[in-house]
Amino acid sequence: MSLPAQGAIDCDLHPAVPGIASLVPYLDPQWADAVSQRGVHDLESTSYPLRAPLSSRPDWRIQGAKAGSDVAQLGKQALDGFGARAGILNCLYAVTTLFSEDMAAAFARAVNDWLAAEWLDRDPRLRASIVVPIQSPMLAAAEIERRAGDRRFVQVLLPCLSDQPLGRRSLWPIYEAAARHGLPIGIHAGSTYRHPVTPVGWPSYVTEDYVNQAQGFQTQLTSLVCEGVLSKFPNLKIVLIESGFTWLPAYLWRLHKYWRGLRMEIPWVDRPPPNIIRDQIRFTLQPVDAPVDGDALQRVLDQMGSDDLLLYSSDYPHWQFEGQDALPPRLPDSLRRKILIDNPLMTYPRIKEDFA
Amino acid sequence: MNRELPTRPVPESTIVRPVIADCDIHPCLAKPSDILPYLSKRWQEHAMTYGMLPRHGYQSGPAYPKGQPDAARLDSWPPDGRPGSDLSFMQKQHLDTNKVELGIMTVIAPAAGAAQNLDYSAALARALNEWQVAEWTSKDSRLKASIVVPYEDGKAAAAEIDHWAGHKDFAQVLVLSRTAEPLGQRRYWPIYEAAQRAKLPIGVHAFGYGGYPVTAGGWPSYYIEEMVGHAQCCQSLLTSMVLEGVFERFPGTRMVLIEAGLAWLPSLGWRLDKHWARMRDETPHLKRKPTDYIKEHVWMTTQPMEEPEKRKHFHDIVEWIGIDRLLFATDYPHWDFDDPLWAVPVKLDDAARQALFLDNARSLYGAR
Amino acid sequence: MARHVVGLASAVASGERLVAEVAGRKVVIFNLGGEFFGLFNRCPHQGGDLCLGRTTGLVEAGSEPGEYSYTRRGEILRCPWHGWEFDIRTGKSRAEPGRIRAKTYEVEVKRGAELFDGPYQAENVQVKVEQDYIVVEV
Repeated sequence: MSLPAQGAIDCDLHPAVPGIASLVPYLDPQWADAVSQRGVHDLESTSYPLRAPLSSRPDWRIQGAKAGSDVAQLGKQALDGFGARAGILNCLYAVTTLFSEDMAAAFARAVNDWLAAEWLDRDPRLRASIVVPIQSPMLAAAEIERRAGDRRFVQVLLPCLSDQPLGRRSLWPIYEAAARHGLPIGIHAGSTYRHPVTPVGWPSYVTEDYVNQAQGFQTQLTSLVCEGVLSKFPNLKIVLIESGFTWLPAYLWRLHKYWRGLRMEIPWVDRPPPNIIRDQIRFTLQPVDAPVDGDALQRVLDQMGSDDLLLYSSDYPHWQFEGQDALPPRLPDSLRRKILIDNPLMTYPRIKEDFA
Repeated sequence: MNRELPTRPVPESTIVRPVIADCDIHPCLAKPSDILPYLSKRWQEHAMTYGMLPRHGYQSGPAYPKGQPDAARLDSWPPDGRPGSDLSFMQKQHLDTNKVELGIMTVIAPAAGAAQNLDYSAALARALNEWQVAEWTSKDSRLKASIVVPYEDGKAAAAEIDHWAGHKDFAQVLVLSRTAEPLGQRRYWPIYEAAQRAKLPIGVHAFGYGGYPVTAGGWPSYYIEEMVGHAQCCQSLLTSMVLEGVFERFPGTRMVLIEAGLAWLPSLGWRLDKHWARMRDETPHLKRKPTDYIKEHVWMTTQPMEEPEKRKHFHDIVEWIGIDRLLFATDYPHWDFDDPLWAVPVKLDDAARQALFLDNARSLYGAR
Repeated sequence: MARHVVGLASAVASGERLVAEVAGRKVVIFNLGGEFFGLFNRCPHQGGDLCLGRTTGLVEAGSEPGEYSYTRRGEILRCPWHGWEFDIRTGKSRAEPGRIRAKTYEVEVKRGAELFDGPYQAENVQVKVEQDYIVVEV
């Protein structure tokens, strides 16, 4: 076995919508016409400038097209290249950033139908997350209902930073629908730019925006715990995607500490938050924000207190590592197997059905 | 019929408290009007008529009720006034009892820097600084003050630093963490320039009124979310300080993160190094990797002390940050106070204890 | 184990508390509707004086997040520092009852006349036969 992720489930792949025109065949006629009549632009998020080094590895770029826009190349590079047996497509086309919830719902439907036809139908190893219009929890739940029957859709995708904290009760129709269909919620790095990307104002640099996603995830995890999402839906798994994870131990200590004194604010959080989080929250592997030399990562993994939390991801085509180094060095074999295979299968029941 | 039952003598306490530097003590006004004598007539009128107009919804308190009244230890209320307003009470309850040799005062309320009328912000900052000398540092030589500055107006803040530079009672410059823009941005650079000139550390204390949600994804519901969130805010401001090149441009900067939490620093440093390396052509003003700047320029106070699930993990954090960068603080009189006798979750060796409790603060605040 | 007479039962009304020095230890004695309970006057977290904490009720979840159940008013003590809650009857912390607890002491009320024959010690108390006293076992 020479490939680094033999038999793995890759839990974070990014298919690119080649351009807004690609969605036209999948849009309702009114919106299809609006694309040309109103000059609807390409809905690529500010979070990943197309030419930024972060957004694609040099050897994964495509001349004259967006990285990640070719299904055959994705299958070859992201799956074959590392030995993965299956992968989950998280399409970051930013329909969640639109201000009109009606338009967002229409474009989310188009993205999902485009994913099914142009990706899932073409490579049986691929699975996808359902893109939903978070602007309207009601319409988002409707989109989950519409797509959940296709079992190749294996989770519901939400952006990390949006109008309101993700635990807020008004968003619960999304969680109810997901839980009803046994779909995990995947929360992916990125913002809809409703608020500054940092809690202290707008940053100056893409680097800064991206580094701050980790802080955004931390506050969202606080919200999901404190509002009671995890208590209300005890079987719901939530996957933090491209969040980094080395921040988790320090974060858990602080949340746990304040919970001991302020538990009365949120009595439905009736056991220590770290335990709840270890039961219901998962993290994709990349980016691994720790030095590869030395024992820092091993010590962080020990502090995390569970081998069940990490799910293999290449984050294709984002540039998080060089060459074949999709996994950090010196992982114990048992943990390696859990990250690559067991943890993803335990997290995604629909993948387990087909790939166990 | 009365009879004497036998009694036993009370044993002497065997507890020996360490001598400490407390790098976060909060004196406050007994009542808001106590600052008026330090303001000019014009600003007295303003204070009484219009007030602060902070980026915040209530005149008289937070929108997240605190964990205890006035965010204070219940036992810290003096006979008259608010917790932290009575020097003799503070001396008895805290400075003497907890063997405070050096106490760094951080006045965070009223938050002069949060007044949106920048002229009032400057006047109030000056008044609070004069009040600190008149009511506190001149009466107890253990206490040193932090220069309150109108930090949303960089030039005026620099002028305030220049005004007090060289004054023996001021040990650092104080800003709050939640500012109108990330703290590395250039509107704040005059502050760093002036602090460098005055050879004073910059203390950044958690809290403040930048007006933005405490999360980058909107306003949360609960006080616990705000309290946990201050750690993330401080991560963001440090990210800004590093990436904007503050430490490169003002190499004399010594920055103290106060009440920010500390265990997050190693992970943030790793993340910064990794993604800076990937996109380093975006920040060509940085000559070294982010953790090099952090290691050289950043100190952290320990309160609220980290309480790892497994205490031994505290050693990892101390090793990664470096014991020489940690400053003990109690946050007296606030409710999440750390008691020097019990707060540290692991047993440190004598040299480490001496550094943490006293020597680091002595050399940071003593070196001028 | 010894039993210490710390004061008159009538000195602590229901809902009130008394701090007693017992064999060199400070014990906070609570009267909950005629039942007496004792806690060591030291929070197991960082040592806050529990006698200075406020009592509250037991806040628990209702049937859904967002619904609160509030019962047993006056029977939960919050530490005056970090707000950790302790059940006065058991000493157990509300957050983590299996892991964290305040030290408890057995407290009973005895007739003065009973106190002269048993293993009792007085803590600055003059005992009279015809009155009820708080007895703490340490």
